[in-house]
Amino acid sequence: MKVAVCVKAVPDAGIGRRIDPGSKRLDRSGELVLSDFDSHAVEEALRVKEAAGEGEVVVVSVGPARSADAVRKTLAMGADRAVLVSDVALEGADLLVTARALAGALEREGPDLVLFGQQSADGDGACLFAAVAELLRRPVISQVMDLSIGPGAVTGKRQTEFGYERVRAPLPAVVAVSDAINEPRYPSLKGIMGAKAKPQETLTAADVGGPGESRTVVLALSAPPARGDSRRVEDGSADEAAEAIVAFLAEKRML
Amino acid sequence: MKLLVFLEHHGGSITKASLGVLAKARSLGDAAGVVAGSEVRDAAEGAGGVVWVAEDARLAAPLPAPRVDVLAKLVRDESFDAVLFAQSVLASDVAAGLSARLDAGLNWDLVDVLEENGRLVGKRPALADSVWVDAGWSSAVALAVFRSGTFDPAESSAAAELREVQVELEAHSLLAELVEAAVEEGQAGPSIEDADVIVAGGRGLGGPENFTLVEQLAEALGGAVAATRAVVDAGWYPYATQVGQTGKTVSPKLYVAVGISGAIQHKVGMQGSGVIVAINKDPHAPIFDYADLGVVGDLHEIVPKLTELVRSRK
Repeated sequence: MKVAVCVKAVPDAGIGRRIDPGSKRLDRSGELVLSDFDSHAVEEALRVKEAAGEGEVVVVSVGPARSADAVRKTLAMGADRAVLVSDVALEGADLLVTARALAGALEREGPDLVLFGQQSADGDGACLFAAVAELLRRPVISQVMDLSIGPGAVTGKRQTEFGYERVRAPLPAVVAVSDAINEPRYPSLKGIMGAKAKPQETLTAADVGGPGESRTVVLALSAPPARGDSRRVEDGSADEAAEAIVAFLAEKRML
Repeated sequence: MKLLVFLEHHGGSITKASLGVLAKARSLGDAAGVVAGSEVRDAAEGAGGVVWVAEDARLAAPLPAPRVDVLAKLVRDESFDAVLFAQSVLASDVAAGLSARLDAGLNWDLVDVLEENGRLVGKRPALADSVWVDAGWSSAVALAVFRSGTFDPAESSAAAELREVQVELEAHSLLAELVEAAVEEGQAGPSIEDADVIVAGGRGLGGPENFTLVEQLAEALGGAVAATRAVVDAGWYPYATQVGQTGKTVSPKLYVAVGISGAIQHKVGMQGSGVIVAINKDPHAPIFDYADLGVVGDLHEIVPKLTELVRSRK
């Protein structure tokens, strides 16, 4: 079983994310980390390989060259090798450009199963996997919280607006996993030391079928509408915090 | 401008969120709806106005790929300029597949759209709603997915004019199959939709056993208990209590979020609450961006003390 996992290196939420007013793009100049959502997909890929007792986990990413550190974390977790599609022609890529680059990279690999996280951590998009599946002309199952692999097919349990359902798809298939599917492992020291020796390939846009053209455009940025007063309590003891909440509720006549 | 609205249906009727987007589309121009499924004519009638109906047994399951076929053909045959969707698990997958099929730009998580000089401009709150983006399209066809609950449905007095769509499906669109239709698990417990006070627990609780902290605080405040998708999926609490995109939408007078990071999927289910109090150990949690009172700290210490204080005042 060959499993490909698509991951994104995103600006660290702890440092703060911002859009650069000049380029109108997400500022990715700071440290890039592996998206939390994608770490669940990496974990699931490793479990699929471990359960099968054989196979390969290949991590595929599209992003700036500095994504390599975040991608290396997946190798430290246990993935076998990584492919990074990185090209200045892909800067500012929208959904379609990214989907085409990923689909091109995946076609070179020919995996049995393609895994995604449930959404991007920075753009809040939950669209890429279905676009990639359509480009590959393969079935997609999104929001999967329980994945079972049968002979030649996968079945995913997922939550929709109407409850839980199960969808089966023949392999090769594209599956986006929800963050409830597993608890991602932490890389071991041995894994971290071993990651540097694992193969990391870099591809250009030309290698994956050309950059293509973005079909969406950011026209302008503005401040969000003003909202009411927001108060913050921190650095105090638990007693002080509880008292602050009670005082607030009393003021709002909620007690 | 010719607009097409994807009308999602469940249990014999069109979803409220889809009808809301249809109302918005009609305010912008020449708008029609499209319903794809098996035996959906009655549901389509309910939308009023022009509704395209794609009926086929192979469309019975709510899966995206065959719907991409239906919409792609309809957009080409009828020269629609834009296709609008109300965000849902199904609609997102359909919109993304259609984007790839038609080489059409897709903007998601929009909260408004307007027409400027003959072109659509979408409004998208980005990065935990900290900045608003004016999103445009450079493709011939524009695809837009709207945050659920953004628009209210309009009362439609117009009789529906149903038009039939010839259903032609691609081989690869029929590969996935629904093996178990949606069932609501864990229907027991009081409804959260009518509660004035809701105390909601998230993954920050650390484990299902800690929901007792939430339950005790809810009892002291005279409120109901709710949960996030993450903890419901993890089996900590029943689906019937779930607030958010794929759960219930609530608007109590007071919403206390305990150990909830507040991702957009949760926010859309509770942003209409009167007063929002959040307790979370992560100072960067998105919920602090829209809580009226944000408390950074250890919920395991704060919540029991808070429960005690609330009880002592009653």
